[in-house]
Amino acid sequence: MKIHEYQGKEIFRNFSIATPKGYLIEDIVEAESVVLKAQKDFKTEALVIKAQIHAGGRGKGGGVKVSQDYDSAISNIKAILGMNLVTHQTGSSGQKVKKVYVEEASSIKSEFYCAITLDRNTGKDVFMVSTEGGVEIEKVADETPEKIVKIWIDPLIGMKSYQARKLAFGLKLEGAALKECIYLLQKLYKCYVDTDASLVEINPLVLTSDDRIIALDAKFNFDNNALYRQSDISSLRDFDEEDPTEVEAGKYDLNYIKLDGNVGCMVNGAGLAMATMDIIKLAGGDPANFLDVGGAASAETVKNGFKIILSDKNVKAILINIFGGIVRCDRVANGVIKAVEELGLQVPVIVRLEGTNSKKAKSILKESGLSIIPANDMQDAAKKVVSSATKS
Amino acid sequence: MSILVNKESKVIVQGITGSEGTFHAAQMLEYGTSIVGGVTPGKGGTKAVEGKVDVYNSVEEARKNTKANVSIIFVPPPFAAEAIIEASEAGIELVVCISEGIPIRDMVIVKKIINQNKTRLIGPNCPGVITVDECKLGIMPGFICKKGDIGVVSKSGTLTYEAIGQLVDAGLGQTTAVGIGGDPIIGTSMIEILNLFEKDESTKGIVMIGEIGGQMENEAAQWAKENVTKPIVGFIAGQTAPEGRRMGHAGAIVSGGDDTAEAKMKIMAECGIGVCESVAEIGKKMKEALKKGEIN
Repeated sequence: MKIHEYQGKEIFRNFSIATPKGYLIEDIVEAESVVLKAQKDFKTEALVIKAQIHAGGRGKGGGVKVSQDYDSAISNIKAILGMNLVTHQTGSSGQKVKKVYVEEASSIKSEFYCAITLDRNTGKDVFMVSTEGGVEIEKVADETPEKIVKIWIDPLIGMKSYQARKLAFGLKLEGAALKECIYLLQKLYKCYVDTDASLVEINPLVLTSDDRIIALDAKFNFDNNALYRQSDISSLRDFDEEDPTEVEAGKYDLNYIKLDGNVGCMVNGAGLAMATMDIIKLAGGDPANFLDVGGAASAETVKNGFKIILSDKNVKAILINIFGGIVRCDRVANGVIKAVEELGLQVPVIVRLEGTNSKKAKSILKESGLSIIPANDMQDAAKKVVSSATKS
Repeated sequence: MSILVNKESKVIVQGITGSEGTFHAAQMLEYGTSIVGGVTPGKGGTKAVEGKVDVYNSVEEARKNTKANVSIIFVPPPFAAEAIIEASEAGIELVVCISEGIPIRDMVIVKKIINQNKTRLIGPNCPGVITVDECKLGIMPGFICKKGDIGVVSKSGTLTYEAIGQLVDAGLGQTTAVGIGGDPIIGTSMIEILNLFEKDESTKGIVMIGEIGGQMENEAAQWAKENVTKPIVGFIAGQTAPEGRRMGHAGAIVSGGDDTAEAKMKIMAECGIGVCESVAEIGKKMKEALKKGEIN
């Protein structure tokens, strides 16, 4: 799960990690009063106006503006709030900006990069910093990897102060700033662990002209599996940032991801679902979605899956691919019949059922009299669904 | 011969009185798995699965009374990590964890402990292990398998069944099939399973099924190039998966670089693995690979 920058900074404050002060605006009518209040409270004319969306690359897309005075702050808020922000992470359709963050401007001496995530290969947390902050870290990693300093933290031991020192020295800091940075990095690791984050990234972390170390940005990813014990974090979820159909599918315990093609598919198991999408593509079609109905596909699940797929108007044909293990194919077949009877056969439906009770399932479908197209194996199913989608 | 489990494996089921545990314990018993006990804290002294299995309060107690060397876990995710640690500390040699949704941080710690104790863990979030006609230690449908000489290792559940189905259609049976799970942190890697299959005399060929995300398939392919003499056929799911979207499994996400399906397939082919472009080719390709091996 992702959260907004302003929420991330709130978490930082709870862990005593220094960030600039800021106020949130969700409605344009608040703009004038908030700007006046911010200028007064922060004792500065200069403010930074930042679009709050989950996707990165906001600055380049025009979602972050520095304002030197009241008038420019107001006009920047008006420009950003409600805009459709397109960045390299939002896709071409962009994301509507529903919240802006009004923050005190900081006077910056140097910008750093700083992140913690899990290293799958070692099973340790990797903490990295770089003197090359404020830019794309992928570029730094590619061109000047020696400028990224990394340490690996054993989860049973935790972060030791010599490790924090190594990182802070790597940023070429000295004096009070060095000390402050060491404390901040230690607090950041505690924050990462305590919130069950899978990624925390600060880009940039800055050294101000008065030698303070502060986090100008806050990016978090959280482990969905741990949200049950992080109620404060899960309450920060913003459904406006998610595809409404995917949210709807989640309510039925279906794992759905919308894609751009026109061949809908419903499969049990994530691996088989991906392989089904792949074989549709190889057969010359384009998958409209990823949909894993899970290990316990019942008649009800199949019906809900149908509804979700059909809510995508691009879908011209549907492939149902079930390899019954614990799932009994005859139950799936009955689910398909029930769904078709209730929702109507709006597009051709191709069904491939294999595994537990598959013979019984095939005869149930045949006897139903519905014009459901049976398929023998995945190759056959892919061919049939792609040709149906092209014809209709 | 086979790997990991066989007729001699003495199994306990952790979480045996829950609905999943009861159902699958019954299925495993029916397959012929030797289930010698179950564990549910607070229900020690009772019987589970229609009176067929003794229930104990702890793994330690179960092990003392049954001499079990293998455990399978059907415990809800908030308690599953601790269940693995309990089994490991009690001296269980092989633990299979079926539970899905264990927090990553918990698994990171589990992994350290099982490494220290030299416990072998399969999973979590996996279909388990089956040695055909000997021991089913998981949730896979046993009847689709046929005894033979192909080993199967896979990150995915139903895709493993698909591969087994195709092998059987091609006239090829299996020694052991292992679902290692698709989470970011898992107990046993592909390399370790390839190593076991290479050492197993009955296994003549290996099917390896991976998916997008992580580096495990690439490392396994490179390791196999130097260390595996048996023919390997491979498939990677997720050629059409968009970058940055998690495809079901917690680990199945393309973050850029060589964790895409395309990159993994290329590396595998370079390492001499027979890579299937399409999932429908797995059975056919394995048959071809075995024939080629005979000629050489």
